[in-house]
Amino acid sequence: MEVNQETIQHLAELSNFALSESESAGLQSNIQEILTYISELNQLDTEGIEPTYQVFEMENIWRPDEIMKQDASPDELLSLTETVEKHQIKVPKVL
Amino acid sequence: MKIASQENSAVAMVKAALERAEKYQPEYHIFNWINEQALDQAQEIDRRIASGEPVGRLAGVPYAIKDNFLAPLGETTASAHILEGFTSPVTATAVQKLEAEGAVLIGRTNLDAFAHGSSTENSYFGPTKNSKDLSRVAGGSSGGSAVAVALDIVQFATGTDTGGSIRQPASFNGVYGLKPTYGAISRYGVVAMASSTDCVGFFTGNPDDLDLLMEITAGQDAKDLTSLPDFYAQSQAKPVKKVGIIKDFDNESIDAEIRAALKAKVEQLRVSDVEIVELEMPALKHALAAYYIIVPAEIASNLSRHDGIRYGFRSESSSHLQDLYCNTRGEGFMSENKRRIMIGNFVLSSGFYDAYYLKAAKARTVIINEYAKAFEKCDLILTPVSPNPAFELGSKVNDPVAMYLEDVFSVPLNLAGLPGLTVPAGQTKQGLDIGLQLVGPRRSDRTLINFAKEMEEK
Repeated sequence: MEVNQETIQHLAELSNFALSESESAGLQSNIQEILTYISELNQLDTEGIEPTYQVFEMENIWRPDEIMKQDASPDELLSLTETVEKHQIKVPKVL
Repeated sequence: MKIASQENSAVAMVKAALERAEKYQPEYHIFNWINEQALDQAQEIDRRIASGEPVGRLAGVPYAIKDNFLAPLGETTASAHILEGFTSPVTATAVQKLEAEGAVLIGRTNLDAFAHGSSTENSYFGPTKNSKDLSRVAGGSSGGSAVAVALDIVQFATGTDTGGSIRQPASFNGVYGLKPTYGAISRYGVVAMASSTDCVGFFTGNPDDLDLLMEITAGQDAKDLTSLPDFYAQSQAKPVKKVGIIKDFDNESIDAEIRAALKAKVEQLRVSDVEIVELEMPALKHALAAYYIIVPAEIASNLSRHDGIRYGFRSESSSHLQDLYCNTRGEGFMSENKRRIMIGNFVLSSGFYDAYYLKAAKARTVIINEYAKAFEKCDLILTPVSPNPAFELGSKVNDPVAMYLEDVFSVPLNLAGLPGLTVPAGQTKQGLDIGLQLVGPRRSDRTLINFAKEMEEK
């Protein structure tokens, strides 16, 4: 898998961040090296093996369908941002 | 644990801790924040002791938390620009339990931003220095916590371990470091990195303190659905008769003095009638590649919540919402955060998912099975923690793959959810600390701690 600037820009877009030009150049070589390294996994035979996504060993944890007491009030949470108007968080235009 | 009493006041202990913190902070950069209220809390504990009121099991004990534990005690930054200015209204369950026992917080310790790193050099606030050599790294990501215990500022410190972030800095600074069984301690209120491998654990100066901290903090928490019902309190230490060593781990790529320390420990065990079992575990060498697929995938997902809208840093110059996201994240994340998020999005993207993410998830099964087979032949496994002792500042920070290779012995456990414990094992000729790692089956945490105690006594 060859990583070029197009790949980097695509990944930055998927990741929702802006990259400077010098950053993009550095990331291109870094990500190329990392992908080359992790590709060594192909040497491991996983034929017929089921994947593991968690090591918790428990399933279906049930609890009563009741609202749990929250640790923070809406006012406390809103106080974490500076741009609050009419009990709403204000953001730049969306469209 | 040395706790406050009539003869030994909490104020004296906390004062000493604060003085040491202030003394070492300028050179070592251990803390992101030091608790100015600590003495008030200590006074209250002394008052309770004087008036005969009950106090907790950690009364007056100075401690530190890694700066990725939420609590309305100072800002929680995770050493990342994007969280600067964020004071959490909620408290992590682990911190709540420690505070309830009367422990007194001295400060929040430095880490690689979002715990992404093995040296604490990826901190937005600058690196923490090694406790034995100021020109070398503290290890990471929980570097500040390891150094705070090594320099005897606090009696214990919390850490998080996703791929070695407790065990490696513990070994670089000559202290004990426990990564418990996955799910042993609630992760509620801890800044998430990779949810399927993140663990809360501790740094201490001795194994007894680890035992007490596990007694206090382990257990199920309704706020973390992956927390296990408390097995620790009910478990008993099993006698360790057979210790496994991994053949593949004894090779030229490992520092000669670390190999010598491992051999010396093996000989010491042999003389004390522990049978040494040689293990072949060929899949373990693939664990690092699997780890650096699975963990970035989970990072990409977990870190998508940091958008600059609801808390923390927000980029100023954005006229459009999408620009605000991109600018905030572009300015707020460190390079290593970006590398991992991008790798995560790569391995999860259509066209590459099967070749990378699914392949790694299958490798994870192979690794779990390999450990299960190994533990049919032995009670515990003894390995190095890292291939070398603390390295020089700046020597690996621009070479991500070299930095990742630091974790080659520590990550396999996280993929399998096993407990691991770093025990100090002497020093190099240069005076750098060497640590060895004990690995056990799931829920064998007490056996690990007890065996570390026995090794200390031998």
